[in-house]
Amino acid sequence: MPGESEALVEFDNVDKTFDGETLVVKNLNMEVGQGEFLTMLGPSGSGKTTTLLMLAGFESITHGDILLGGRSLKNVPPYRRDIGMVFQNYALFPHMTVEENLAFPLEARKMPRDQIKEKIDRALAMVRLSEFSRRRPAQLSGGQQQRVAVARALVYEPALVLMDEPLGALDRQLRENMQYELKHIHETVGVTVVYVTHDQGEALTMSNRIAVFNEGEVQQIATPQVLYEEPENAFVAQFIGENNRLMGTVRSLNGKECQVEIDGGGEVAALAVNVAGVGERTTLSLRPESVKIDPPADGYPDRFDARVEELIYLGDHTRVRVNVCLHDDFIIKVPRSGDAPRLEVGETHTVGWNPADCRALDA
Amino acid sequence: MAAVSPNAGGPIMLDGVPLKIRLERAERMRKVKAVGLILPLFIFLMVTFAIPIVVMLMRSVENPEIVQVLPRSAAAMRLWDGEGFPPNEAMQTFAAEVVTAKAAKTLGKAAKRLNYNASGFRSMLFKTGTKLERAIEKEGEEAVLQGPEMLERFIDIDKRWGERRYWSIIRQASPPHTAWYLLRSVDRDYDENTDIVPISEDQAIHVEVLWRTIVISAVVTLLCLLLGFPIAYLLGTLPTKQSNLLILLLLLPFWTSLLVRTTAWLVLLQNEGVINDIAIYFGLWDEPLQLVRNRMGTYIAMVHILLPFMVLPMFSVMKGIDPYHMKAAASLGANPVSAFIKVYLPQTLPGVGAGVLLVFILSLGYYITPALVGGPADQMLSYFIAFHVNTTVNWGLAAALSALLLVCVMIFFAMYQRLVGVGNIRMN
Repeated sequence: MPGESEALVEFDNVDKTFDGETLVVKNLNMEVGQGEFLTMLGPSGSGKTTTLLMLAGFESITHGDILLGGRSLKNVPPYRRDIGMVFQNYALFPHMTVEENLAFPLEARKMPRDQIKEKIDRALAMVRLSEFSRRRPAQLSGGQQQRVAVARALVYEPALVLMDEPLGALDRQLRENMQYELKHIHETVGVTVVYVTHDQGEALTMSNRIAVFNEGEVQQIATPQVLYEEPENAFVAQFIGENNRLMGTVRSLNGKECQVEIDGGGEVAALAVNVAGVGERTTLSLRPESVKIDPPADGYPDRFDARVEELIYLGDHTRVRVNVCLHDDFIIKVPRSGDAPRLEVGETHTVGWNPADCRALDA
Repeated sequence: MAAVSPNAGGPIMLDGVPLKIRLERAERMRKVKAVGLILPLFIFLMVTFAIPIVVMLMRSVENPEIVQVLPRSAAAMRLWDGEGFPPNEAMQTFAAEVVTAKAAKTLGKAAKRLNYNASGFRSMLFKTGTKLERAIEKEGEEAVLQGPEMLERFIDIDKRWGERRYWSIIRQASPPHTAWYLLRSVDRDYDENTDIVPISEDQAIHVEVLWRTIVISAVVTLLCLLLGFPIAYLLGTLPTKQSNLLILLLLLPFWTSLLVRTTAWLVLLQNEGVINDIAIYFGLWDEPLQLVRNRMGTYIAMVHILLPFMVLPMFSVMKGIDPYHMKAAASLGANPVSAFIKVYLPQTLPGVGAGVLLVFILSLGYYITPALVGGPADQMLSYFIAFHVNTTVNWGLAAALSALLLVCVMIFFAMYQRLVGVGNIRMN
């Protein structure tokens, strides 16, 4: 847990309900560190945007409290929170030029003219739009509007900037470029960013930490690497990256190791991450790239016969869909290389994996 | 279209037909269809709207009466330089034609026209005709109509013929076209030397009425804006389901005729009307308040009738304003009031402009409502146009007043164009 001085934002037992019946956000406890890029990732309706809007002040907090720099935000209206925000549709003011849009927060803070000019110039240079200062938003492309929105949220140097799916409206290529650009801006400016998205690629690219939301609850908060390699529950394993699920029952449990009997035959060794106990149901999670076809004898104790159902050539790798233990949606990624096994649909091969890569999670 | 040379006309297809011509051929059918769809309405508008307006405007400068009834006199009078009295020959012609016209019963038309300029001219002209007829019977036609001292004879018949004014009125009424009606529409007249002078104050009324028309329209527009803006804001920010219901209520008055609504106000606002009764019952005031047949009634009824025209354009613009703009303004540190003024209000201007223009221009032409609920001092220009069409049957003056109103509307439209720009209007 980060020390008291490091946390900029603290969610303290926050609940949110709109209708008084269902909780959209359930007992949220989360901290955002100073200078951190934290992404709230989850499917739609998971409460991530509501959490962001509560932090921005556009939604009330039903129960609990949110602290910004140790100060409760409960009775602070949005315009006094000093939090920057970038909206999905940019929300640039159409009747103002780029320059005037950027001047808006500075004028609201009654900053002297020359200082405003200087700050606008610097912010526009940062997003490489200096020559567009006199244009109206409608005269800019989507990517340029997005950069103006970012510049406007940063120009008054707030300690915290919120971004609500800001790249959602851009096409794929532009979105990827903007991801790198946002990441670099975050690194140069050192501002704390809370980012909402449902696109895991975006989250993995930019974030220091990712909070995975589902049904109003945080499933796991961790760095992208930990989240991908060491998911703590079945939802996170399934939601982040590609995942093979095998359902089974725990037969024995020995510290970090366990034996699981897979439905449809066979017992495997797995890493006990999140199992309830012997005799309970569990979900085995295996990343497609951890599974080897025709593995060497040593290091792969668990071997299964797999029938090749489908081959999809993707250049750098081939996706192989096989039928293992009656699961016909088992995916294996085979990197392109000279010694890759030659596969044909209908053939039966042996597949195996390292028990450390096979995580036994909640059912 | 100029002939397309191979160099200038863009690419040439293999069969030698320039691409531009091929495009034109391909698009021709679409153009024909578009024109065909517009044509019926275009013809309808031309026949029922544009041409009548032009004809009516022509009336304001047409001056056919004297030319038709007394053609030779008109020609003779036009030759008179206007100094002193007309030459004897012109008076002879005039006398002869008055007698003929009286016999042909066409004199009334000319008499009516001359009576516009000076009341009493009509009876004077008929009296002159009668006396001339009698003189002809007694002295013979040649003695009377070829007399060397025609002026004396005229003065004998009526001593007003001794005033130069009456002769110059005939002269001014002689050309087939005149600016006289237009001058009268702005309270100006020709004097006996055909100089333009203001008419006497007891007759001057049109400029005051025009000014009153503009003031009433401006006040009505302002009241509509003040009352309509909050409604439009509410409609624009409510969910569509609820705003649709409210718009229906807003449009409800359109289901009833203007006349019925105005009369209803008369019933509500009169001294023994519902509003006075209720107010007195609850002790808000003791004596019935004069709410109708005055400016107050005019404003109440006109604002009620014109409010939807203000609200609807504003609503459609407000509906299009992204609600996130206000959130963005708040997150950028603007308090609600300054966010509203700096972010919301400027974006509503196209709608406000459309509403203001619509209501103001509609107000300028209002007739029935002020005529029914207004007092004598609240009648607008249209009332006088109708008055001159229906009561005095002075179509020339009615047309001139219409032209004045039209020019007024155009001036305001031009001012508006300079200030707001019609291109910025949005009605969606």
